[in-house]
Amino acid sequence: MIPFDYRRPDDIGTAVATVTGNPRAAFLGGGTNLVDHMKLGVAEPELLVDVTGLTSRDIERLPDGGLRVGAGVRNSDLAADPLVRERFPVLAQALLSGASGQLRNLATTGGNLLQRTRCVYFQDVTTPCNKREPGQGCSALEGYHRHHAVLGASRQCVAVHPSDLAVALAALDAVVRVQGPGGERTIPAETLHRLPGEHPERDTVLEHGELITAVDLPGLPFGPRSRYRKARDRASFAFALVSVAAALDVAGGLVRDVRIAFGGLAHKPWRARLAEDALRGRPAAPDEFRAAAEAELADAQPLRDNGFKVPMARNMLVSVLTELSAEDGAA
Amino acid sequence: MTRTVDGEHLVGQPIDRIDGPAKTTGGARFSAEHAYPGLTHAALVPATVSRGRITAIDTAAAAAVPGVITVLTHGNAPKLNPPKRPTPANLSTLVSGTQVNYLNTDEVHWDGQPVAVVVAETSHAAREAAALVHVSYERLPAVVDFAAEEPNAVAQKGNPVMPGSAKKGDADAALAVAPVTVDARYTTPQHHHNALEPHATTAVWQGDELTVHDSTQSITWLRKHLALRFGVPEAKVRVLAPFVGGGFGGKGFAWPGTIIAVLAARATGRPVRLLLTREDVHRAVGARTPSAQRVALGADTGGRLTALVHTSVTRTSRVGGQPEQVTAPAQHLYDATNIRTAQSQTTLDWMPNTSMRAPGDAIGSFALESAIDELAGELGIDPVELRMRNEPERNPIDGKRFSHRMLREAYALGARRFGWENRSPEPRSTRDGRWLVGMGVATAYHPAMQFTANVTVRLAADGTVTVRCGFQEMGMGNATVQAQIAADALGVPFEAVRVEYGDSALPASVMAGGSMQTSTVAGSVLAACGKLTRRLSTLARRTGMQGRTPTEILTAARVPFIDAAVGSDTRLGALAGQARMLAKVVRDQRTWAKAACGAHFCEVRVDADTGEVRVSRWTAAFDVGRVINRKTAFSQLRGGIVMGIGMALFEEALVDRRTGRIMNPSLSGYHVPVHADVPPIDIACLDEPDPTMPLGILGVGEVGITGVAAAIANAIHHATGSRIRDLPITPDKLVT
Ligand SMILES: Cc1cc2nc3c(=O)[nH]c(=O)nc-3n(C[C@H](O)[C@H](O)[C@H](O)COP(=O)(O)OP(=O)(O)OC[C@H]3O[C@@H](n4cnc5c(N)ncnc54)[C@H](O)[C@@H]3O)c2cc1C
Ligand code: SF4
Repeated sequence: MIPFDYRRPDDIGTAVATVTGNPRAAFLGGGTNLVDHMKLGVAEPELLVDVTGLTSRDIERLPDGGLRVGAGVRNSDLAADPLVRERFPVLAQALLSGASGQLRNLATTGGNLLQRTRCVYFQDVTTPCNKREPGQGCSALEGYHRHHAVLGASRQCVAVHPSDLAVALAALDAVVRVQGPGGERTIPAETLHRLPGEHPERDTVLEHGELITAVDLPGLPFGPRSRYRKARDRASFAFALVSVAAALDVAGGLVRDVRIAFGGLAHKPWRARLAEDALRGRPAAPDEFRAAAEAELADAQPLRDNGFKVPMARNMLVSVLTELSAEDGAA
Repeated sequence: MTRTVDGEHLVGQPIDRIDGPAKTTGGARFSAEHAYPGLTHAALVPATVSRGRITAIDTAAAAAVPGVITVLTHGNAPKLNPPKRPTPANLSTLVSGTQVNYLNTDEVHWDGQPVAVVVAETSHAAREAAALVHVSYERLPAVVDFAAEEPNAVAQKGNPVMPGSAKKGDADAALAVAPVTVDARYTTPQHHHNALEPHATTAVWQGDELTVHDSTQSITWLRKHLALRFGVPEAKVRVLAPFVGGGFGGKGFAWPGTIIAVLAARATGRPVRLLLTREDVHRAVGARTPSAQRVALGADTGGRLTALVHTSVTRTSRVGGQPEQVTAPAQHLYDATNIRTAQSQTTLDWMPNTSMRAPGDAIGSFALESAIDELAGELGIDPVELRMRNEPERNPIDGKRFSHRMLREAYALGARRFGWENRSPEPRSTRDGRWLVGMGVATAYHPAMQFTANVTVRLAADGTVTVRCGFQEMGMGNATVQAQIAADALGVPFEAVRVEYGDSALPASVMAGGSMQTSTVAGSVLAACGKLTRRLSTLARRTGMQGRTPTEILTAARVPFIDAAVGSDTRLGALAGQARMLAKVVRDQRTWAKAACGAHFCEVRVDADTGEVRVSRWTAAFDVGRVINRKTAFSQLRGGIVMGIGMALFEEALVDRRTGRIMNPSLSGYHVPVHADVPPIDIACLDEPDPTMPLGILGVGEVGITGVAAAIANAIHHATGSRIRDLPITPDKLVT
């Protein structure tokens, strides 16, 4: 670890200006990812600007039945919030499936979204990695890539985004509120993260110095009928091999509306628009769910050792939607 | 908490461990927790190539970090005697983890070999500086791909303790004509011990006297080894390890951290503490070898085995390592008419392999016990019944007598407790929602050994007893157990006994390994107590105090205390002891087949969507001879099963086939079971003493892990119909 400065500015404007003005400055949330990377030599900021006291730690109601979650809200607080649990169970479930109790107590909403890939080569500075050092090459292509992407990858990088929270937010049409040097802007959660393309070093569309201040969850009448399911290598404390976030609205046996996002398949939470479109207006039945899943996954391009993700994602989606439709029928 | 009741035997009772309060209150000092005036902190710099030569080391940036005292490399480190070639004639040579003369050579032999050490005033400065040491290498061609090297494996030359191969009849011919056969390949990856306490050393030189606090399983051998490497008489070296936070074999040998800490203390003239990081533990300590195995079974239609072939390929390193008895279980478990076992090894540019809980047996039992289950499926015979039909009367490979064998009884007991009769024989026949449910069974087996330990016991006129023996306590409960044994033998209360251990200044003992420490030390404690009892009765007769308490007898005789010693710590005495010990081991092995064994029963649930496996129920019934302390013994057995669950489902070092570098050297990347992965574990022991062992003890440290992975793989097959022969059984191997 290299020496660094630490600051806690009094207001957001100063925080944004400080980081914008210094290419080697970084915002600090709970530090559960950034500090690990500093220890590993993966990140070497010379200045940490602690924003945990600046961004809101509150969850507010929005007029449309939605919620505004401050970027400083801890993962454990967000998961435990009664309104979140009632209106967006998928979100609470996603959070609780991630990391450990101790980590969730520290991790912030903003920091969680911007955590970086768990690709083992990315985390080891002695191995080539385009995400860490563009142009070095991608060690995972021919190396360990069991956890890696089957959708939307490039030859430059086949990493996946590890956040469970981000998958639920993508499904829920959440909107990320960002404060930059030029003022505020909003970004749909679904487009916050990018595909690697020729620039795997860029995880998101954020510019250096842009601060996440809050995440808006628009009201979703069928939000209560939502669910998160995560497949992983052990029962707890493991990142997703594949995860599914889904919300389903069934009327008269037909799918009125549906939201689906996958985790563990791509460099970003994978909003399954093809599957959603295929399902709207169709019978809420397992074979329909299966056909929709297959349509979404048709373009998958597995690597040597991660082909299992395709049937796994398909099975999980069919199962989750089947369970949700049963729940819906009962209601 | 159990209290002593007069007249009641302590042996067998679930007595709380003596060191429990010290550990739970934080009072126990582990090896990295000793404060010395002027203490310094060290951090290792690991090589990042698998084979090569160091062409330059730039230490300027590291040396400039405030607080750094020195950066030692092969350019400036004090001379160190190279390790001697390992030979059974000098056991201290065997404990060298590798043949590398650390910081005395420019050669690199594995990715992770320490090539420099930073010594600083604080651990933070040391680590920061270590990251700034820049090493340049000339890379040499390295052989690092175990799978690719498998065809080049060389047949193992055997020795009396571990024959490389064994044969009875003509198994291959019998296999060719057997009406029912199974012939399959099984593979297991490299496993790391990952004890809770990372390896740590605090080293202090005072003149030519060396004191080392080290997290070792082997104080006696480590002391000898340090004397050898640093060219000082053994009497000048003291190794202390009263508390060790788990070892599992990973702390049996002298790994680079220990040697380099002592070297750094010598170079700086100050006390040095070196606490390995979790990454260091993966890179600078040996691990369990990966394996590729073949098991071929032939049987008649009634399920009688006519042919059993078990062969294995494991790996060693160009700079050390050892074969493992992967195929040993096949020589003892089944009454096959024809048997052939053979082991071979590859030699890689890797960190040498080392012992890990039930070396050989843990991974060998996975293959053998999976294959037996496969055969049961082929035959349509219940897997427990198949085992019973092939349960031998004598040791299958050579006809030796069993000192004691109660595997039938263990199966009967386990099956009853588990409810095995409720299992439907058909695979994939039980479903609970999206979960496929299956039951599996496998045999546990681990050889029992007894070596010799030197012990002194003092019985004082105030009624107290002091047992002194340089054994090690890594959490198994040995100190507690030896106190129970001594108290019973001398007829004093448990609380009257003090046990001194974990210090090389005490009478020399064996290493904690091979599940032999408890029986070995018990043998000597009993012998010493026997001497004391005889002395006491002589004194009683002389003073007319027959039938009175020790205190009364000694007081009447005006003797403040009496001592008894077993074994000798003089050089000649030690050599004679070692010779006696080897002779006894060999003699014992010629006469008896001796082992702890047991039956694992488990239930698993496999998610039909994802292939995720949850172990939902476990019963294990063991024959481990006499159980001295139900609490500590059961914890050992249960811990072995938990570790076996990790081996079955999660654990795997990701060694990059191109570079030989471990890519998951952390507990977030190397998965061990978390609480949610561990079901309630029901343990039962037959508690029948082995007639040839002290107090009838067969050892409990390792038998628990053997067979576990097979029981799980068998249950998974029963649940899903899929047979997975490659560990760990991760969801990708099951999802369809
Ligand atoms: C062992 C382990 C297991 C884990 N398992 C899981 C898991 O299963 N699922 C899962 O989803 N996660 C998991 N995590 C990751 C964990 O969720 C993240 O580390 C955590 O959410 C990061 O939040 P933080 O506040 O600590 O971020 P930090 O580490 O503080 O920051 C992360 C990044 O975000 C930036 N940042 C922080 N706040 C802001 C802001 N407001 N605006 C702009 N930039 C900001 C920082 O500069 C940094 O680049 C695991 C972590 C560990 C260590
Ligand atoms: S997948 Fe991406 S993060 Fe991983 S090595 Fe390749 S470039 Fe680096």
